[in-house]
Amino acid sequence: MNESMKKHLVKALSQDIRFDGRVKDQFRDVKVEYGVSANAEGSARVTIGDTIVIAGVKLNLAKPYADSPNAGTFMVNAELLPMSNGRFESGPPSIESIEIARVIDRGVREAGAIDVKKLCITPGESVWGVSVDIIPINASGNLMDAAGLAVLAALKDTKYPKVLEDGSVSYKEHTDETLPLNKEPIPVTVYKVGDQLLVDPVENEEFAATARLTVASISDSTICAMQKGGLDSLSIDEIDTMVGLAIAKSKELRKAL
Amino acid sequence: MTSELIAKDRSVVTPGEEIAKGMDFLPSSGTFRDGDVIVANRTGLLRVDGQVLKVVPLSGEYIPKRNDNIIGVVDNVFMSGWAMKTFSPYNCMLNSREGVSGFVPKDADLTKFFAVGDVVMVRVFNVTSQKLVDVTTRGPGLGKLTGGRIIRVNSNKVPRIIGKQGSMVTMIKELTDTNISVGQNGAIWLKGKDVAMENLAADAIYKIERESHHAGLTDSMEKWLKENKK
Amino acid sequence: MSYDKRFDGRKFNECRPIEAKAGVIKNATGSAMFKIGKTVAYATVYGPREMFPRFMKDPTKGVLRCTYQMMPFSGMGERIRPGQNRRAKEISMVTKNALNEVVDLSQFPNSVVDVYVEVPEADAGTRCAGICAASIALADAGIPMKELISAVAVGRVSDKLAVDLDYAEEAHEEGAADIPVAITSRSKRFTLLQMDGDLTQEQLKTALQMALDSCDEITKIQQDAIKARYEVKNE
Repeated sequence: MNESMKKHLVKALSQDIRFDGRVKDQFRDVKVEYGVSANAEGSARVTIGDTIVIAGVKLNLAKPYADSPNAGTFMVNAELLPMSNGRFESGPPSIESIEIARVIDRGVREAGAIDVKKLCITPGESVWGVSVDIIPINASGNLMDAAGLAVLAALKDTKYPKVLEDGSVSYKEHTDETLPLNKEPIPVTVYKVGDQLLVDPVENEEFAATARLTVASISDSTICAMQKGGLDSLSIDEIDTMVGLAIAKSKELRKAL
Repeated sequence: MTSELIAKDRSVVTPGEEIAKGMDFLPSSGTFRDGDVIVANRTGLLRVDGQVLKVVPLSGEYIPKRNDNIIGVVDNVFMSGWAMKTFSPYNCMLNSREGVSGFVPKDADLTKFFAVGDVVMVRVFNVTSQKLVDVTTRGPGLGKLTGGRIIRVNSNKVPRIIGKQGSMVTMIKELTDTNISVGQNGAIWLKGKDVAMENLAADAIYKIERESHHAGLTDSMEKWLKENKK
Repeated sequence: MSYDKRFDGRKFNECRPIEAKAGVIKNATGSAMFKIGKTVAYATVYGPREMFPRFMKDPTKGVLRCTYQMMPFSGMGERIRPGQNRRAKEISMVTKNALNEVVDLSQFPNSVVDVYVEVPEADAGTRCAGICAASIALADAGIPMKELISAVAVGRVSDKLAVDLDYAEEAHEEGAADIPVAITSRSKRFTLLQMDGDLTQEQLKTALQMALDSCDEITKIQQDAIKARYEVKNE
């Protein structure tokens, strides 16, 4: 998108009309489906407009980290698969996929969303390790928010596998026990295009944006993670507006869970 | 052995599907002869024109063709011209002689005419066997497109969007008061004075893309546009 | 003990229930989902498009490039580490070999047609499901193809020959042989043939014949999936 086309977009935004007819603070249709991959301990598919993201949770028995012998482990990984968008390449994780994984990870971890103490089986020896993998199926804008919602939904969907008498895990049988989830952090990203702020961009809006702010919040509006992206700077007022918008939108997204 | 059609005219056929039997039929694009059977070698709409059988594509990437008007985006500026992306597997070259009318001095800064990121409507005047594509801006309706937006549709749907002698696209232009330039490569440029009307024009084009195989489309589109004009 | 009844009650020449859909991923040139029993495979086609890395360009025709991968949570055991492990690389190669013969990329010199197979859920037969999906996706993308490719895994479970073995059958305590094959839809030629386990030449011949019969049915399902995208819904 060249400068003249960006101007055309910003002019439309200043009238609060986007190219797909939405207003600036409007999300596309959001849908959450649970249990979409039967072999995962938990899984979910989130659809926001044409963007489709799957998240899958696998549990395994692991040794705890030396500095936290009573806590289970938690890891988030994102694979921006070439199948989901012609601009993604095969190969090791790109910085884009790493950023998505780490921002969502922080949102869940710092909110204390999972009570990792409850993941402990034998202190110092055996804990549950929770691995979440984010896989876009069709990437058409706003992967961060779709991925964040998918991870949360997948964690909610997760059931422990059965631990046999000899201490090994039988993945074929799941118990009815769910993960110890305390809080449900939902990230929402606000984008700055020209001097206009919007949420849930489609791809060309993302490319035209010069800055963005991802804010993860929980149901009582407490902020638990933030990430500013893009090359442009933000004023304190802009940040305040964006945070307010993100918190308000996360309440809406929460209803889709 | 009498010749007979196995698949129906205007039906969708798939690769490897036998379309007709007998030596009277002639295999055209999208088909091949295997003994006394004619077989489809791509997915598409079967068209029977007398004895000639062809399969018209409904999907697939655009491949540059001579005499097509396409919308490209300047990717690189060289001493002698500009390289452009064409929303296809092949880039094209706009030579400085073809991009500028009048004299161009040898050390001229070509970015004055077209810079990287500029959107240009060009005409393809040559495609080599290696798919090197030469284009020109000399001709009516060609040249730089500023502002506005670009939307993309499947290139196979472009004839439907243009309509017979441009009737469909002209109707959309008039009813939405929007400037529209349609590239054969499926890239379409729109610029209206009013965003809401520009959105309506874009929605109309997407609707035609979805419903291109319906009959009576011009009339139903006119009706739809008038209803949604508000 | 004789394997008289299949674990899920199927007949020995019966595949698990199949569901196939084309055009499931909007961004792709062509795409498909192929589900057989619990095994699900997505295939997406991007191309023909500019080939990167440049040294792989072929000036005489387009290049078909296949990448097969299982999603980390797709397997029946522990998490599968992402990235192309040795198994995935081998399956990527045999997938390409299975499809290459029928695809005609002579009109697209210097370009690439990328086929991505991703498995979100696996219960045996994943490479065959991937090839079936890829075949639909290539046709959906309008790629010139002389015919379709259909694939299924046949084999031996204990003392019986069977079609479309599931995970439990592959692991049967009395032994099994797993034979994934891919067959061209019209000329009935084999473009994929692998085996592990053990069986006699006689058994192999019978098993391959069973595969031919099953693939006839699978081809029909693939054709229907390709065409279903263009059905005019009556308003």
